[in-house]
Amino acid sequence: MIEGILVEGLIYATMTLGVFITFRILDFPDLTVDGSFPLGAAVMAILASNGVNLIVAVLVAFAAGVLAGMITATIHNKLHVPNLLAGILTMTMLWSINIRVLGNRPNLPLLRQETILTVFTRWLEPLPSEWSLLIFFVLFSLVVKALLDLFFKTDLGLTLGAMGNNQQMVVTQGVNPEALKLIGVGLSNGLVALSGAFVAQYQGFADVNLGQGIIIAGLASVMIGEFLLRTNRIGMLTLRVVLGSIVFRGIMYLGRYYGYYINLTPNDLKLITGVLIIASLIVTQMRKQKRAKSVDLDLDHNPNQPLPEERS
Amino acid sequence: MIRLENVSKVFHPGTPNENVAIRQVDLNIAEGDFVTVIGSNGAGKTTLFNLISGTMPSSAGKVFVNDVDVTKHPEYKRAQYIGRIFQDPLLGTASNMMVADNMMICYRKGMKGLRISLNARMRGFFREKLKDLEMGLEHRMDDNVGLLSGGQRQALTLLMMVLSEPSLVLLDEHTAALDPKNAQIVLDLTSKFISDYKLTSMMITHNMSQAIKYGNRLLMMDRGEIILDVSGDEKRNLTVEKLVEKFHEIRKTELENDELMLSETP
Repeated sequence: MIEGILVEGLIYATMTLGVFITFRILDFPDLTVDGSFPLGAAVMAILASNGVNLIVAVLVAFAAGVLAGMITATIHNKLHVPNLLAGILTMTMLWSINIRVLGNRPNLPLLRQETILTVFTRWLEPLPSEWSLLIFFVLFSLVVKALLDLFFKTDLGLTLGAMGNNQQMVVTQGVNPEALKLIGVGLSNGLVALSGAFVAQYQGFADVNLGQGIIIAGLASVMIGEFLLRTNRIGMLTLRVVLGSIVFRGIMYLGRYYGYYINLTPNDLKLITGVLIIASLIVTQMRKQKRAKSVDLDLDHNPNQPLPEERS
Repeated sequence: MIRLENVSKVFHPGTPNENVAIRQVDLNIAEGDFVTVIGSNGAGKTTLFNLISGTMPSSAGKVFVNDVDVTKHPEYKRAQYIGRIFQDPLLGTASNMMVADNMMICYRKGMKGLRISLNARMRGFFREKLKDLEMGLEHRMDDNVGLLSGGQRQALTLLMMVLSEPSLVLLDEHTAALDPKNAQIVLDLTSKFISDYKLTSMMITHNMSQAIKYGNRLLMMDRGEIILDVSGDEKRNLTVEKLVEKFHEIRKTELENDELMLSETP
């Protein structure tokens, strides 16, 4: 059970990192995710079942996600469409594209298909497959997280971090904000598609409806992570995203297997996810009000000083 | 250095709300000039800055920087050689990032690459520069900027702007949102940096004595026009009384003309 939760949490952690980049770092609420996640799965499935090298297939899935994100960013940049609408547009179009990618069918099983996961579990043969999968996804998530941390320490990464907080500052520094959005939203959807590619391999099929509600699951994971740690260091920020994803999958697992004690069915999981997000919002707001009050009572407080806030 | 040729800005042209914010302004600013700009609310001071920095396109006329026509360049491209500080201290820094990160972002203008420039040597350099501010910020390089006061944020913005070595500095009432003590500190720093780094700059202010005290040239704006342009000895010998007198002199004659025109209509 625990290894199941961990594996699921880690697979979806890559997707959650993508959601974290758009929602928290870029302040660009991007709904493309619901389409780019199954896109990654579809590209992976069709390439794998056509015998393409599996590493190449994963990379192509990533690239397809980047492309989807860039389309959303371009619609937003050039046609001056609000970012939410731009994301919904791409997401809707991707539904049709995903069916075409899968060869004009809504799903494609990978059951007897060789995948990166089956290859890896065979390497660690005597070990039970659940545990070798866990090892694989721990390593995989660590690499993705480390690369992302490194990226956000580069000059470009730092500027991307400032973008969501203060676009005027980025413009004043001579950087084109449209280019930053293109890179940021592209990278985010690349990670989401990457996650989709591994979910397809893990579940043994790619389905066009795989992406339904993914964005909300990602957002809930990000918010749960924010309760676990308070920090302004990028390494810890990405760590708490990963932890948030694991805790979220844990909650979903409990809902799925033990929910019947309180009359819950698997159909109620979406409701639970939504309630989780609303609860996080309420608690965050209460915390903010409490902090604002304590600052008001401070008589020496400089009126120009903004309230202490956290990164994100 | 900076040249405006016959620049105008009309808001809502062709509607009942038509408003001429800048009226055929010609302006030439030489390298090393420190120009103060005064004028009442709605005189067009900030609009003039917006046209120079490219925040909004001009309705007519041309803008040149170093003899390059930049009239059609978007704001981010012009920002390569223009450093601008706004009245709102929050606009110059990213509050959810550390002081050191902010300084790194602003150190070099233009699109950034995948290099990790913020190393120990760079941090040492930033620490030395922060000491110039005498605000103790050199000990707070890992704090988020959101934790600093408005005065500290504006001083940091000023320092970061100076380090990026712009050809032209635009200061848009950058001390107006600060309390008097911090405003004076930031103003003193501004004056020091401008002379130390020999920066060409323009500073909008509401305070006439400030406009007289700082800089080597003074522009007074009214209703979208530059109605007074003094420099050199004339600027040095200026007093607030003389300035007020001059303003009334210029505007009174126009008022009389207006009255004449009105009396001529049946």
